[in-house]
Amino acid sequence: MSGVGDGGDEAEALGVEVVFFLAVVGAEAVGGEVGADAVGFGDPAAAGEGVGELLLPLALGAPAGVGGSAAKTAVMANTATARDRSDGVILGADTRATEGPIAADKNCEKIHYMAPNIYCCGAGTAADTEAVTGMSFLTSVCVASLPDWRDSRVITALTLLKKHLFSYQGHVSAALVLGGVDITGPHLHTIYPHGSTDTLPFATMGSGSLAAMSVFEAKYKEGLTRDEGIKLVAEAICSGIFNDLGSGSNVDICVITKGNKEYLRNYMEPNPRTYVSSKGYSFTKKTEVLRTKITPLMERVEITEVGEAMEE
Amino acid sequence: MTFTIPIDNGDALKNAETDSQRTLYPYVTGTSIVAIKYKEGVLMASDMGGSYGSTLRYKNIERVKAIGKHSLLGASGEISDFQEILRYLDELVLNDNMWDDGNSLGPKEVHNYLTRVMYNRRNKFNPLWNTLVLGGVKNGQSYLGMVSMIGVSFEDNHVATGFGNHLARPILRDEWHADLSFEDGVKLLEKCMRVLLYRDRSAINKLQISKITEEGVTVSQPYSLKTFWEFQAFHNPTAGAQGSCGFPGGYLNEIF
Repeated sequence: MSGVGDGGDEAEALGVEVVFFLAVVGAEAVGGEVGADAVGFGDPAAAGEGVGELLLPLALGAPAGVGGSAAKTAVMANTATARDRSDGVILGADTRATEGPIAADKNCEKIHYMAPNIYCCGAGTAADTEAVTGMSFLTSVCVASLPDWRDSRVITALTLLKKHLFSYQGHVSAALVLGGVDITGPHLHTIYPHGSTDTLPFATMGSGSLAAMSVFEAKYKEGLTRDEGIKLVAEAICSGIFNDLGSGSNVDICVITKGNKEYLRNYMEPNPRTYVSSKGYSFTKKTEVLRTKITPLMERVEITEVGEAMEE
Repeated sequence: MTFTIPIDNGDALKNAETDSQRTLYPYVTGTSIVAIKYKEGVLMASDMGGSYGSTLRYKNIERVKAIGKHSLLGASGEISDFQEILRYLDELVLNDNMWDDGNSLGPKEVHNYLTRVMYNRRNKFNPLWNTLVLGGVKNGQSYLGMVSMIGVSFEDNHVATGFGNHLARPILRDEWHADLSFEDGVKLLEKCMRVLLYRDRSAINKLQISKITEEGVTVSQPYSLKTFWEFQAFHNPTAGAQGSCGFPGGYLNEIF
């Protein structure tokens, strides 16, 4: 991961924008950590292809103690208006959370809510991504917008996240793709665990990022319509799902446009259970019900919703 | 350090002088090779760069060579080891020719030979630091296979080495189909090489596409791919989001 930080400094010093897709080997896991594999992955690039080949199975497949990975992709969708101005952001993610070689959650949610107009995809340690996006949501992004009841800005969330991550010097393994539409227009940013950020037309993070990025590099063009954009993002996520071991299951999509958002949970399910018995399950001999007693463990309380519904 | 004491392999690990002659790291390396089977044979694409660590030291290295009458060998990894392999194969082909029996080594045989060589070297902890791609056509049958530095060897319709594994394989898996025409095959390879050019730091924009058919081997002249850098977001990445790139001005703002 030191590779990322160094690269970021160099880039800024040169005034050149450089994208560090190499740096992040995402790990979405329950109680895993990413440090080891990220370092392993950084070295092969420097030492040459051969070394990379030896270490690759470890680095990308997530070594022991490290959570698996998630393919996160996000793309800026430009609707073809007369002025060719971009209109919104489309975020996508797979739904596999791994703990080492095991898929711990087959259908987790990686697109986190930060504000009505800002969503954030998180690759890396699941606990870190959830805590970091939840923290921002609770403390400032929403609060900052309260006084004027205006939409919060994406750069607010961006600065909060990068300050937090930088202060932890990369130990909070959250690699994020932050997207949203605010008064200044649509924005798409990537945030690396050490705290560096990029602003891009399309971005990918996680272990499936290379597979997804190859789809973007081959097929992205400006002036995509909403449907074309969704199709492209879904294709990129599928590329991650089928070509990367750390990503899998379904595709989640989130489309954010001015004043409107659509969270398409399980937009695509390309990995259904193949053999499902149509008969269902039944006990071999007739099981007789002798007595039924239901004990509620908690009292159910009716809450009347006030204002906007809480999301996540 | 220059003279070797003849010892059997059992002591190899203990003897310091032998140790110092084992390959531990690669020095001058070539990046990915991407190859596909198409209607008439096999197409192989490679760039012409040889990196010395993070410097692009050589820009005119041919990493794909014809072997005998029926095969094409592409290599990524340590260039000196590739040259050594070419010497081995030269000897092999020479001995085959000396039989003068009208028979010649086909791609399957060459692939098998390379697998044995790579695996044996790996067992002695002195690998040839390459990933080799072997393509060829003999008696109308196309063949495409790959051997890695540790001896992993297999055959497939499309292969990629190095970074191509991550960036080109997804594209090939999606878009390859049997009986591609020559133009379609080249377009597909160029698509993969373009993504590699964008995203692999050791790739250069000078590539050669080699083809092998029943008639023989053709290696194209080196040429460059067109790239596109005019995305709106690249022109003005911080429009409406000043300070989002962090360092310029951002740090100072924190003082207040």
